[in-house]
This record gives sequence, structure tokens and C-alpha cells, in this order.
Amino acid sequence: MKLEILGTGCPKCVKLEEMTKKAVTELGIDAEITKVKDVKQIMEYGVMMTPALVVDGVVKSVGKVLTADEIKKMISK
Amino acid sequence: MSQCCAQNTLDQKPKKEINSRILLPLLLLPVGIVLYIFLEDGVNYLVYSLLGMVKGSHLTEAIRFFIFEVPKVLMLLTLIVFVVGIIRSYFSPEKTRKALEGKPLFIGNIMASSLGIVTPFCSCSAIPLFLGFMESGIPLGVTFSFLVAAPMINEIALVLLFGLFGWKTALLYASTGYIIAIVSGWVIGRLKVERFVEEWVYEVKAGNFELEEFEPSFTDRIKAGYDAVIEIVSKVWIYIAIGIGVGAAIHGYVPENFMASIMGKSAWWSVPLAVMLGVPMYANAAGIIPIVQALLEKGAALGTTLAFMMAVIGLSLPETIILRKVLKLPLIFIFVGIVAVGIMMVGFIFNLVY
Repeated sequence: MKLEILGTGCPKCVKLEEMTKKAVTELGIDAEITKVKDVKQIMEYGVMMTPALVVDGVVKSVGKVLTADEIKKMISK
Repeated sequence: MSQCCAQNTLDQKPKKEINSRILLPLLLLPVGIVLYIFLEDGVNYLVYSLLGMVKGSHLTEAIRFFIFEVPKVLMLLTLIVFVVGIIRSYFSPEKTRKALEGKPLFIGNIMASSLGIVTPFCSCSAIPLFLGFMESGIPLGVTFSFLVAAPMINEIALVLLFGLFGWKTALLYASTGYIIAIVSGWVIGRLKVERFVEEWVYEVKAGNFELEEFEPSFTDRIKAGYDAVIEIVSKVWIYIAIGIGVGAAIHGYVPENFMASIMGKSAWWSVPLAVMLGVPMYANAAGIIPIVQALLEKGAALGTTLAFMMAVIGLSLPETIILRKVLKLPLIFIFVGIVAVGIMMVGFIFNLVY
């Protein structure tokens, strides 16, 4: 599974990354987490509000710091 | 759809949560109103009778001011942030972009300024938002109206002004900020400055995404209100307390007309000076308003003070540095210049009228 966190480096983006890591460890799954900081790349997803979470190339959430539980639901589907 | 319904009937837990979420604000609201009404009497009783402090002394008045203002402003803030959080859940940059597509200049400016107030926005997302707007063909001037209105008309500032100075000042602030956003965006649109946007901006190809989630339910929106309260109030309460503390100290101790000579009405140059000082400054609205209050109380003119406040929260050095990524220097200066002139005009007009 490929998880991407889109964000230009604001505090909220860092939080979302933490939460994603937490969700992944708690689920015990094998996932690759990458941070996308480049605006052009962020735009390719059409995202206008950061931070955003992309799961396997699909935008799942924008502009929100999700809780670990919310992320778990999104990635275990 | 059937799957979603099945899930709901199977799982009873979320329902309970839903009820308490809607019930809690309904219960808290009357309690809050009662508290608000009796707050002043309660504080007076506490300070004068229970603590037995001397009426009219500097220290007593400063303490009374602090104990009264902090809970009052925090209660107002919680209520407004909650309501604004719910309202904002109906808006998103994507919806706003759709609404603005193909709108002509002037009407577009009005719409963009209005949407700028209610669309959730954080200055760290200014670039992706700018790119998204440009990519879908929204005129530069309309985009600027949005970028001016979004930080300038701030719900925290509105609440504090309302709580500390009354509804007239709050309304003045919101309406003039709104007009500045419309006019400055319109002027930028008329100037035809598209060439001062970095070339790469026009090459960006934005993708489209569909969020899988359904339209949020009313409970989700209430939750958005809660989240906003937790996020914002937990962050700004300390600034409000400090600001009101400083205000209380000044309230009691600094002589009445201390600021009159430098920031009073007679000093016309104080308006441009206040704006020039305020533009590069970056402070959140919660921190700046108690200072505004202290200035006003010590004889600073309303127009000058309002101009200072708008310059601080509407424009800032960090924001222009962020925008520099997509705008060439001349356009940065044009943008800051036009908005600053608008703010100065507001300052002059208020000094004349009041």
C-alpha cells in the first residue's frame, strides 16, 4: 500500500504524517509513507487545501488532520 | 447505499454519540446565556463583596476588568467559532472554485470576497489555492479578492471587537474589510498584470478528484463545529488572556491621553504610519485586539487603530513571501500597495466621521 501526505510543510501536515504512521503501526500493515511537498505534484491531484491524504493514488481527505482511527478506516477498506 | 444503511442498523453506538453531540450545545447554550447575563453582577459581587476590594482604586478596577472580560470574550468566542465551524462545513475551496468559474470581473469580485469569508482557508494553502483558481480560468482580480478577504475578515477579530467595543465597531470592521477586498481585487483585475504571474503557474495542470465520502450529515457538521472550537480556542485563549491582562494593566495605570498626541485624530500622518508598521507584522487576531483596545482607550483615534489592526491581520510578510512563489515582485508590490492604500482610506474616513 502506498500512502502519500500532501502538504507544503505546515504544522498540520506534520501532524497528519504522525497520525498516519500511528495508524499504520497499529494496523501492523506494510505501507510506504511518502511526503509530497512539491506544489506542482500536489496540484496534479487537484488538491487546494492541505494537508491531504492519498491512498494508492486516490485522494481520501483534504484540509483535515485526521485521527489515527479515521485513517485506519480509510486504509483498511 | 444498501450497505451503508445496513451498517447503521447493525451498529447502535454511533446513534448514541449523535444524540449527545446535538444535545450538548442545546443544553450549554441557555447555561451560557444565563452566565453571560449575570457575569457582570457576579464579578462585581466577587470583587467588591467577597474579596472586599476598594471600589474605584486602580488595582481593583484592573482586576475587575480582567475577571470580567476574559470569561466574557471566551464565551463569545466559543459560540462564534462553533457556529462558523458549522457554516464552513458547507463550503470548500473546490465548491468556491466552481462557483467562481466564468464569473465576470465585478460580480466575480463580490462573490469571491463573500466566499473568502466563509471558505475554510489557511495561509499555508494559499499557493495550491491560487494555482487551482488560476488553472480553472478564474480571473486574477477575482482570485485576489478571495485572497484579501480570507485573512482580513476574521471571525476571531469580529468576536473580540464585538465583545470589547460593541456591534458598531465590529460591523465597521467587517464591512470595510469586505469593500477593500472587492475593490482591490477589481483594481488588480483592471490593471492587466497577468504577465507578472510566474510563467510556470500557467503550465500547471491540475487534476480532479472525487472524495468518496457522502455529503456530510448534520451530525458531521456539528462535529466540525466542535473541532473548530477545540482547534481555535485551545490555541488562542492564552493570547486573549495575556492581551486582556495587558489591557487591564493599561486600563488602570497608563494616563488617559497617553496615545493622543501620536495616534490621535490631529496627527494625520499617523494613519499611513500605522499601516506601514502593521503590514509586515504578523500576529493573530486574538493577540492584536487587546492591544487595539489599549490604544483606543488611551486616546488613539478609531480610524488609525482600525487601520493598524487591518494591516496586521490582512497583510503580512510571511504571506507575501509565500505568494512570491507564484507572483513576480512587481505584482507583489501592486497587491500590497493597493490593499494598504485601501486600509489607509478606511483609516482616514473613520477619523473624519468620528
